[in-house]
Amino acid sequence: MDYVIEMLGIRKEFGSFVANDNITLQLKKGEIHALLGENGAGKSTLMNILFGLYQPEAGEIKVKGKTVKVTDPNVANDLGIGMVHQHFMLVENFTVTENIILGNELTKAGMVNIKDAAKKIQKLSEMYGLDVDPNAKIEDISVGMQQRVEILKTLYRGADILIFDEPTASLTPQEINELIQIMKRLIQEGKSIILITHKLKEIMDVSDRVTVIRKGEGIGTVITAETNPNELASLMVGRQVEFKTVKSEANPTDDTLVVKDLVVADYRGIDKVKGLNLTVRKGEILGIAGIDGNGQSELIEAITGLRKAKAGSVSINGKDITNKKPRKITEAGVGHIPQDRHKHGLVLDFSIGHNIALQTYYQKPISKSGIMNYKKVSELAQKVINDFDVRTQGEHTPARALSGGNQQKAIIGREVLRDPDLLIAALPTRGLDVGAIEFIHQRLIEQRDNGKAVLLLSFELDEVMNVSDRIAVIYDGQIVDTLLPKETSEQELGLLMAGQKKNSNIAKQGDTTHVE
Amino acid sequence: MSNRVVNILVPVISVILGLLVGAIVMLVSGYDPILGYTALWNGIFGDAYAIGETIRQITPYLLAGLSVAFAFRTGLFNIGVEGQLLVGWFAASYVGIAFDLPMYIHLPFAIIAAALAGAAWAFIPGLLKAKLQVHEVIVTIMMNYIALHTTNALIKVVSDGGDNTGTINASASLKSAFFESITDYSRLHYGIFIALAMVLLMWFILEKTTTGYELKSVGFNKHASEYAGMNVNKNIILSMVIAGAFAGLAGAMEALGTFQYANVKGGFTGIGFDGIAVALLGANTPLGVIFGAVLFGSLKYGALNMPNEAGIPVEIVSIVIAIIIFFVACGYVIRYFLEKANKKKEAK
Repeated sequence: MDYVIEMLGIRKEFGSFVANDNITLQLKKGEIHALLGENGAGKSTLMNILFGLYQPEAGEIKVKGKTVKVTDPNVANDLGIGMVHQHFMLVENFTVTENIILGNELTKAGMVNIKDAAKKIQKLSEMYGLDVDPNAKIEDISVGMQQRVEILKTLYRGADILIFDEPTASLTPQEINELIQIMKRLIQEGKSIILITHKLKEIMDVSDRVTVIRKGEGIGTVITAETNPNELASLMVGRQVEFKTVKSEANPTDDTLVVKDLVVADYRGIDKVKGLNLTVRKGEILGIAGIDGNGQSELIEAITGLRKAKAGSVSINGKDITNKKPRKITEAGVGHIPQDRHKHGLVLDFSIGHNIALQTYYQKPISKSGIMNYKKVSELAQKVINDFDVRTQGEHTPARALSGGNQQKAIIGREVLRDPDLLIAALPTRGLDVGAIEFIHQRLIEQRDNGKAVLLLSFELDEVMNVSDRIAVIYDGQIVDTLLPKETSEQELGLLMAGQKKNSNIAKQGDTTHVE
Repeated sequence: MSNRVVNILVPVISVILGLLVGAIVMLVSGYDPILGYTALWNGIFGDAYAIGETIRQITPYLLAGLSVAFAFRTGLFNIGVEGQLLVGWFAASYVGIAFDLPMYIHLPFAIIAAALAGAAWAFIPGLLKAKLQVHEVIVTIMMNYIALHTTNALIKVVSDGGDNTGTINASASLKSAFFESITDYSRLHYGIFIALAMVLLMWFILEKTTTGYELKSVGFNKHASEYAGMNVNKNIILSMVIAGAFAGLAGAMEALGTFQYANVKGGFTGIGFDGIAVALLGANTPLGVIFGAVLFGSLKYGALNMPNEAGIPVEIVSIVIAIIIFFVACGYVIRYFLEKANKKKEAK
């Protein structure tokens, strides 16, 4: 068998922490090889070793049968290894061509030869069906296009082996399909691909073989055609995973959150929420289904006090909180898992422990008359880390160093432990692996079972259908219908989300039973 | 080698490299580096008087460094130390001259007046930053010029057209008969205790209080701080005001300690700008600021002895200081070599 890349028995330690232990990955020529593992399992570490950013403590790397030492990314480049990073490395106000040749400029008499470079890029783009305009500015093109620029960058440098690091994390479903086509095209042209992901669906769709790692250890390699999502999930997590969330019937009682005729404008002053009505009751999870950009973010920002409402009212347990300060709203009993965990959820340069105190630092016992009690911060942090399975080297680790899933678990822990009457979870599982998703769903359901109200915002229909007790469909700034999950289908929801009106036969229970 | 050791080694090695390159500069310019550094050493530690004056020089550097470091830790760049210092200097002098009170009221009054003046001067850029998103670097630089010319004008008003306010009343003075007696009548004054107390205060605010937690949080991530219910604007302004108060106190050191008056100035004192380097040398930590201020104060004062004793122009010392800062600023390189050496050791 001829492998283009072999990583044999790789081991990498960070201090006393073993990030990779005895991992073997063999990439055949012309295959798409998926690297599967939970958030923080060590996928990125392994790839950074291959790309020369880290040196392994043990193990061997062979490229095309020859043992090599990849001491830095330039060596990786010379070996024909290219990496398409999850977070793009592009200069926003440069053109596509300028970005691609950066660090590798074609020169003519000492001047950068943009024209020839652009031609070469145009050719490459056509050859692989990338459809990229070499003269467009990065800031003017979509995220999907920017990713293609990253792909072109590796091709331009002559890569035969492409590593894709979580390539679909920031793409729309349409863009994901296009990316899959591009990857298949690359294979046809003789390239080999390592795909890092934790999305089982993508693996089943495009990969030939899958190597699974769990908590830093190599579990093994399986052929995609001979496996199924269930098996992959249990290999990855180390136990059976329930895709269908198990939960009892909801027992909703009094109204907790009541939103009435709410109008909210976005940052440009354009109305995004247009007279919206919504009720969430104690002991139920209300899921908001909708396509991104129909006013969801503005709705949640208005409820939590991060954005001013132009008209209408919001109340919690009968208490008006419209346009109150965020702290007043938090103190009225609202917990908020924000949509953008890096922007709102965490102070990335703080330790994870400091982040866990973010909502309670000014209260007893975390502080007393303005003096912080860091021992109590520590205790609280330990509790969140233990109860919510936050995998970190310790509470003093900067939040930035944690994987996305563990960052999210820390935020959820912080919010849930305060035991809010209303928990708002905005895209709580975005970018997370199945194990973490299952865990988070269970936590939301637990809150509900404890008689608390939960408002779930999600762009994933599966999630809304699975977790919610009622589903409110948002379209163009209004709730167009409220349905029960067992009485609806993805098709029906899809139509409603797309703005197709229907004659509602399900009583809009929550929306009409306002407590005055 | 632990991280801590590396953190301490980096500035130390930078200083040594700076001195070495400085020696080469002296050699090339035709001076004897050994003679030069001996003169420098004597200028700093030569006798009781030199030691007293060196500590006196360190005092305002401590406070200027704290001002920059404090703002920096909360995400702001305070280039306005110079201006805040000048208004603090004037305020302290004015209170020192205009009032006749018992010392236990007069002295604290003058010191607090300086802190308040500096705070008020820094409040303006803080307010502009918070409300209108005007960058504090631009505003503070401009405020420096306004401070220079405003205080000059005020001194003229106070002194009826003269260029010196006249000596402050003894009841507002930080002068120390005790220090004078042990340092051969140097100008060393009690202000050093105030400066050291402020180092402690900065550490306390940042590491122990909820205010410090908020300030750091806002400095790192405004959005998350807003989400957590903090008042972002209030914290930006507060941070500048505290930084300004430190700078104002640096002015009080000059007014009530070293000079005992305020005089019309043709240009900036330089202490405020050196404060940026002091904070940089000290990695913006309270303890580091002490290190930076001691180094800076010593070099600045000791250098005055180099022309006298070794005939080396004072410019050479400016170059040596600049080289040291250069090496600290690229401390990354030194860190890199330290870590490499470290790894080799571990491998063995």
